[in-house]
Amino acid sequence: MTDLPRTPPRYSATFTPAVNAEIRRAAATGIYDIRGGGTKRHLPHFDDLLFLGASISRYPLEGYREKCATDVWLGTRHAKKPIHLEIPVTIAGMSFGALSGPAKEALGRGATMAGTSTTTGDGGMTEEERGHSKTLVYQYLPSRYGMNPDDLRRADAIEIVVGQGAKPGGGGMLLGQKISDRVATMRNLPKGIDQRSACRHPDWTGPDDLEIKIMELREITDWEKPIYVKVGGARPYYDTALAVKAGADVVVVDGMQGGTAATQDVFIEHVGMPILACIPQAVKALQDLGMHRKVQLIVSGGIRSGADVAKALALGADAVAIGTAALIALGDNDPRWEEEYQKLGTTADAYDDWHEGRDPAGITTQDPDLYSRFDPILGGRRLKNYLKVMTLEAQTIARACGKNHLHNLEPEDLCALTIEAAAMAGVPIAGTSWIPGRTGF
Amino acid sequence: MQTFDLEAQGLRALNAALHALKGQTNMTAWEVVNPRGAHAIAAGVDALVDVTVRGSTGYYCAGMNKLATIRVKGSAGPGVAENMMSGTVIIDGDASQYAGATGRGGLLVIKGNASSRCGISMKGIDIVVHGSIGHMSAFMAQSGNLVVLGDAGDALGDSLYEARIFVRGRVKSLGADCIEKEMRDEHYAALEDLLRRGEADAKARPEEFRRYGSARKLYTFNIDNASSY
Repeated sequence: MTDLPRTPPRYSATFTPAVNAEIRRAAATGIYDIRGGGTKRHLPHFDDLLFLGASISRYPLEGYREKCATDVWLGTRHAKKPIHLEIPVTIAGMSFGALSGPAKEALGRGATMAGTSTTTGDGGMTEEERGHSKTLVYQYLPSRYGMNPDDLRRADAIEIVVGQGAKPGGGGMLLGQKISDRVATMRNLPKGIDQRSACRHPDWTGPDDLEIKIMELREITDWEKPIYVKVGGARPYYDTALAVKAGADVVVVDGMQGGTAATQDVFIEHVGMPILACIPQAVKALQDLGMHRKVQLIVSGGIRSGADVAKALALGADAVAIGTAALIALGDNDPRWEEEYQKLGTTADAYDDWHEGRDPAGITTQDPDLYSRFDPILGGRRLKNYLKVMTLEAQTIARACGKNHLHNLEPEDLCALTIEAAAMAGVPIAGTSWIPGRTGF
Repeated sequence: MQTFDLEAQGLRALNAALHALKGQTNMTAWEVVNPRGAHAIAAGVDALVDVTVRGSTGYYCAGMNKLATIRVKGSAGPGVAENMMSGTVIIDGDASQYAGATGRGGLLVIKGNASSRCGISMKGIDIVVHGSIGHMSAFMAQSGNLVVLGDAGDALGDSLYEARIFVRGRVKSLGADCIEKEMRDEHYAALEDLLRRGEADAKARPEEFRRYGSARKLYTFNIDNASSY
C-alpha cells in the first residue's frame, strides 16, 4: 500500500494559534489580558519614510565642521520662564509606582546629562526624580495622586494629561502587587489594593473648562511655568486646536505606539492612531491657527532612533518624547536576564507584564530585592549615551539634507515607501509626486 | 484690613499679593470687593491669613489653599477649594460642581447646597454641607469626611475608597460599592466635632445622621463584579 499525499495541517489566518491561545486564556481566567507597553501590531511608521538627502538642487553641510544646532525652547507663548533644552528628545511621563525609585532617579540623571527634561507620572513627584532632574515636567492627571502646590511650584513645567497614546479615553491602573507602603502613602490609598485612576479630570469637562483650569494653574504658579497639554492620538487636529484655544504653551501628542504601565491589551491594540498619522494633523491645526512654532508640539509613540527624531521634526514637531526606548536603554528587557524571563513564561524583548511588579531588570517594580539590582548611576549613564547617539544620528541626517538646525528639516526632505505612509505623513511616494489624498494620480 | 477691589486692580495683582504673604505675620486680614464671579480668586494662597470675598466667585476659588481662612459672602462656582491642602473655606451661599474636589486637608463649609460631584476624589479634606448635595458626590473618594445636613443625589459614594460620608436626610441612591454602615461611638464623636467646626452644631445633632462607606468589594478586580462597574 502506497502512502497517499495528505493535506498538510493549515492554520487559519483568522483563528491563528495566538488568537486561539487568547480565547483559551480568557475562557480559563474570566478576565481580559492586562499588560504594559504599547501596541505590538505592525503599523505604518517612520520606517516607511526615507530622507532624500542633498544633491545638485540641495547643498549639504559638512558633517564634522559645520554646525547643526539641536536646541529647543518650550513654553514661549505665555510662561515667564520657558524651558530651554539642548536636545529635542525629552523623557515622557512615567509614574513612580509603575517604575521604581532608582529607575526614576536614573531617568533624571540621564536626561540631565544629555541636556533634556524628564517627566513625572501618575503618582506624584519623588525626591529621586526632582533631585536628579535639572528640568522636570510635573504631570497634572485625573487622579491627582500626590498633587500639591509646592510641587507645582518646584516643577519647571506642568503637563495637563488629557490622555495617552496607549489608551486614549482610558484611565490608569496599578495593580495591588505594586502598591507598596510608599506608593500607598503617596497616593493616599490602602496598601495592596488594585488602584484605579480616573479617565476624566474631576473638576473640569471640555475645552472651555480647560481654559479656566489652565488659568488657575498659571495663577497658582504666578504665570512662571510652561503649561503643556498632552493628548492621546485620537483626533489630533481638533485636540491640538482646542488645546491651543484653551491656552496651552505646548501640545503633546502621543501615538498608539506609546507605552503604558498597565492596561487592557484590547485597549492598547485597538484604540488610537499611529503617531505617523497624528503629526501632520497636529501641525496642520497649529498652522491653521497661525501658531506653528509659537505653541510647540512634542510627539511621542515609537520613537527609537535619531532617524525617527529627524522624521518627526521634519513633519513639523518641535521635539519628541521617549518612554519605552528610555526603559530599554536603562536595561529593561535585556537578554542578560533571559533565565528569569523564561521563569516568568516570557523572553527578553517580549516581557510586558510590567503591572505584576516582577521585572527581573528591577525597573518596573516596587520589590526592593528586584530594584536593588538596578544601578541608577549606570542606568543614567546608559540613557545619556543613548540620547547623545540619537542626537548625533538626527544631526547626521539634517546635515545631509543641508540643514543647520534640526528644526529646519521639512516634509520636502522626505519620501514614503508605502501608500499608507504617504497618505498619513503627507509626503509623496518615492520616485513620484503622488501624495494620496492630496494630489491626483 | 487690606481691601482689594478686584474689578479695579485685577486678578493677577490679587493673587500675587496673597502669594507674597507666605511667611509673613502682618497684613493677615483681607477683603476682596467686586469679585463679579471671577475665576481663581485667592488660588494658591499659602499663609495664615483671613480673606473675605464680598460677592460670588467663579471657578476654582481658593484652589489648592494652604493655611488660609477664605470666606465667600456669596455663592461659589465649580471646583471651589479644589485640592485644598489645609486651612478653612466657608461659602455662605451655594457651591457649584466639584466642590472640594481632590482636597487633601482642611475644612470646606458650604452653608447652602452643593451641586453634583461634591467631594469627588477627596483625599483627606473635611466637607460640611448645610444643605443638600447633587449626584455622584464623593465619587472615588479616598479619605476625609463628607457631612451633609440635607439630602444626597444619585450614586452617592460611587467606587468609594476610605472616605466617610454622613447624611442626615434622604439618599436618592448609593453608587457602586457604597453601603450604609453602623454608627459607632467614634463616629458620633467625629461628627460632633465636624458639626461644630462646620458651624452647623446648632442645626443638627450627630444621632440624626447615617453613615456610608466602602463595602471594599471592588478593591481587587474580580470578573464576577463586572456588572458593578
